[in-house]
Amino acid sequence: MQTTDFRIRIAGEGGQGLLSVAEGFASANVQAGYHAQTFATFPSQITGGPTWFQVRISTEPILSRGDQLDVLVAFNEHAYEAHKDEVREGGVVVYDSKAFQMEDNGSSLGVPFDQLGRSTGNPRAANMVVMGMLAGLMNMPQSILEEFVKQRWGNVERYGEKTVPQNIHGLTLGREEAIKSGYNLGELAPPEKPDYDQIFLNGNEAVCLGAVHAGLNFYVGYPISPATTILVWMEQWLAGEEKTAYQVSSEIEAINAIVGGGYAGKKAMTATAGPGFSLMSEGLGFAWMAEIPLVVCDVQRGGPATGLPTKTEQSDFFAAMHPAHGDVSLPIIAPGSVEECFYAAVEAFNWAERYQGPVIILSEHSLSERKQNVRKPDLDAVPIENRTVYHGANGTNGYHRYEPRELSPMPLPGGPGSYVANASEHDGMGDTTHLPERHIQMTERRFGKLKLLETGTYESDNTAASVAVMPWGGSKGPTREVWQRMTETGTADNLAWYYTMYLNPLPPALLDELREKELVIVPELNYQGQFSSHLRSLGVRAESITQYTGLPFAIGDLTERIEERIGVGRKEGVAV
Amino acid sequence: MSEKNPEYDFKWCPGCGDFGVRRALEQAVARRLIEAEEPIEQTVVVAGIGCSGNLVHLLEGDQPFGIHGLHGRTLPVAFGVKTGQPDLNVIVVAGDGDFLSIGMEHIAPQAQRNLNVCAVVMDNGVYGLTKGQSSPTSEIGMITSSTPFGKAEEGLNPLRLYLTIGVSHIASALSSKIKDMANMIYDAMEYPGFSVVHVQSPCTEYNDTYKILKGDPRKGIPGRAWDIADDHDPSSIDAAASLLERDGIPLGLLYQAEPNPTMDQRLDDLKTKARVLTTEQMVASYGV
Repeated sequence: MQTTDFRIRIAGEGGQGLLSVAEGFASANVQAGYHAQTFATFPSQITGGPTWFQVRISTEPILSRGDQLDVLVAFNEHAYEAHKDEVREGGVVVYDSKAFQMEDNGSSLGVPFDQLGRSTGNPRAANMVVMGMLAGLMNMPQSILEEFVKQRWGNVERYGEKTVPQNIHGLTLGREEAIKSGYNLGELAPPEKPDYDQIFLNGNEAVCLGAVHAGLNFYVGYPISPATTILVWMEQWLAGEEKTAYQVSSEIEAINAIVGGGYAGKKAMTATAGPGFSLMSEGLGFAWMAEIPLVVCDVQRGGPATGLPTKTEQSDFFAAMHPAHGDVSLPIIAPGSVEECFYAAVEAFNWAERYQGPVIILSEHSLSERKQNVRKPDLDAVPIENRTVYHGANGTNGYHRYEPRELSPMPLPGGPGSYVANASEHDGMGDTTHLPERHIQMTERRFGKLKLLETGTYESDNTAASVAVMPWGGSKGPTREVWQRMTETGTADNLAWYYTMYLNPLPPALLDELREKELVIVPELNYQGQFSSHLRSLGVRAESITQYTGLPFAIGDLTERIEERIGVGRKEGVAV
Repeated sequence: MSEKNPEYDFKWCPGCGDFGVRRALEQAVARRLIEAEEPIEQTVVVAGIGCSGNLVHLLEGDQPFGIHGLHGRTLPVAFGVKTGQPDLNVIVVAGDGDFLSIGMEHIAPQAQRNLNVCAVVMDNGVYGLTKGQSSPTSEIGMITSSTPFGKAEEGLNPLRLYLTIGVSHIASALSSKIKDMANMIYDAMEYPGFSVVHVQSPCTEYNDTYKILKGDPRKGIPGRAWDIADDHDPSSIDAAASLLERDGIPLGLLYQAEPNPTMDQRLDDLKTKARVLTTEQMVASYGV
């Protein structure tokens, strides 16, 4: 029996190596030519606590983690109890029979993971046993996992000669257990390798690569989940002439330091999450006011205050657009997939340089931890913009850097055009002023520059429909999967699809289309319906479907809620 | 501002100590132009918020680059400018409220990094621009608008603070002694490392301490501020600490550490350990 898609959840405690099973299995399948996506959720602690990872393998590109599990791997009883209801009919529960016992209910398979793993001579081969079992249940050729093992641990100097044969032995032991059990989940059709090059990475790594491609040369940060991995990446890889990556003493220092760096001509960035972003409020207003190009990546987590450091949420939209007191409207680019994380970062720098001001990349926990195979970007085809620098004749005599109402060339210290970059309201050369006409001029200048950013692209589908669905950020994948499913079952006949990662300013043509709709449904992960509220303020008849569980939307649930809202499908209702 | 700017209407009060600091800073920068042959556009003045911060707009003649930012955040901004472009001469100007109260958290990190900038702190023992509230350096018991029955906190000794947290070069000046102050600022700019020139810069409106600081030699009243003797060894942290045991405020070079690698030198050294990849190579490292 061939299928297109497997969904596997591995649940247990932090520190049991669940992540390496999920990522290893995903990585092996990507190497073989399948598509894979991982999902991680865990408590805010290093070891212990209920943790689970999910991996989805498919012959098609993957939009979400999916629900309705084919396999649940339970490392302890609590994990079994917490997740068993999500196993589909005909799915299998694989559990560690040393950790707990359960009655054979015709869909369970108990194996002593650790004991079998140790029998290979490698005390850490339990993960291999689990992977071997998964492969056995899915009739996956042994070669797929063996290839992965050889690549991953093939470096003899580093891992010794025994690791590869021991791990392959572990795979075999697991596979034998699966075959003995008689369970059979069918198999994926043979992989069709895409005709383009691929990379396999998570959202934060994609942000880093995009930023570096865009010309980032000044990064500072402060550790905070789930943005820490960006700081760690930068400390390791942002190296070379005139490039700096540095851990500073607080988010307040971080934002002010990149104001200084941006002023001095660098392409400057920091990354943070909710609490750190709150601390950056005043500094972001400073950058807006003094017109300093810089990029802040806010990897959203559950809030407010310390909130849920390791859970996902889309509740920083208001904060990202209006982080500071006063008249401020910050540009926001919110990637909706791992691939978009790369392009969002590039474009954020392009925007910052183009309009000379701060730009927010609004990512989220679920993207930061998600590993996925994506098309390798063709760097030569991704354009980079640089700021317009002042090279004029006014050297040190008070250049009127802020004079016209529109953008003006930016002087850099060391060059001509000395001026004062001022966080107070100012005149042309940056001296403080209180004159009403100046405040009018400069306010209009700052907002007017946003016009330069009305270049974003957007997706649309079935645009003749009078009702639309338009997710943002990480809710894109699940919503797109729901929309496709509804299209297949015929319940999306009057449901258009819209999506953009350019949230502020929105592409004007998109806004025009949305204003024509009777209803625009916005699935988003916050209580207040933040983005639909913004759309309503722009004259769009928008309503949210909200969720605030710390988890992304599940496909079945979101399908029901959209169908219910538009009055189609199983639920009775009146069509809008 | 180099031209007469009719729009700019901020004025220091008559007799304000900040006039002297401005003049000294101009002289120090001018001397640097001549002696180091460094054009003035290589200098960036990073100002905080308060009466003192307006100094950046009140400099006369050819203009350096300037930043007039947020209350308390001069040092992080200076860190960004200097680390971004290490060739620039970066000067911080801030008041005691800005530098020592809201901005206190930023002093120690720059000291530990030995960030090569010079901070000129104008200490008037009061928040002047908000009309006279107590500041970290106001003495205990002082009556101000926010301490109507007297200040409950001990006055902070900023020189002791700088010495304790590792500022590399510490000088103490009086705003009316412009020539001395100009020399101190010049030396502090020249010193390779984190330097502070702490200036007693009285507020004639809310905390006029000129008489107390200078005393009245004709009447035999000693000033609270006194010159550090020529035989003081500024390279000795113990000698510096013992000067601070004496009453009053020592004027002159209090402490100067043996030059230590500066922040930019340290980063340059560490960079040699990194593997430098092209973006193409970085992307390829995630290849399937």
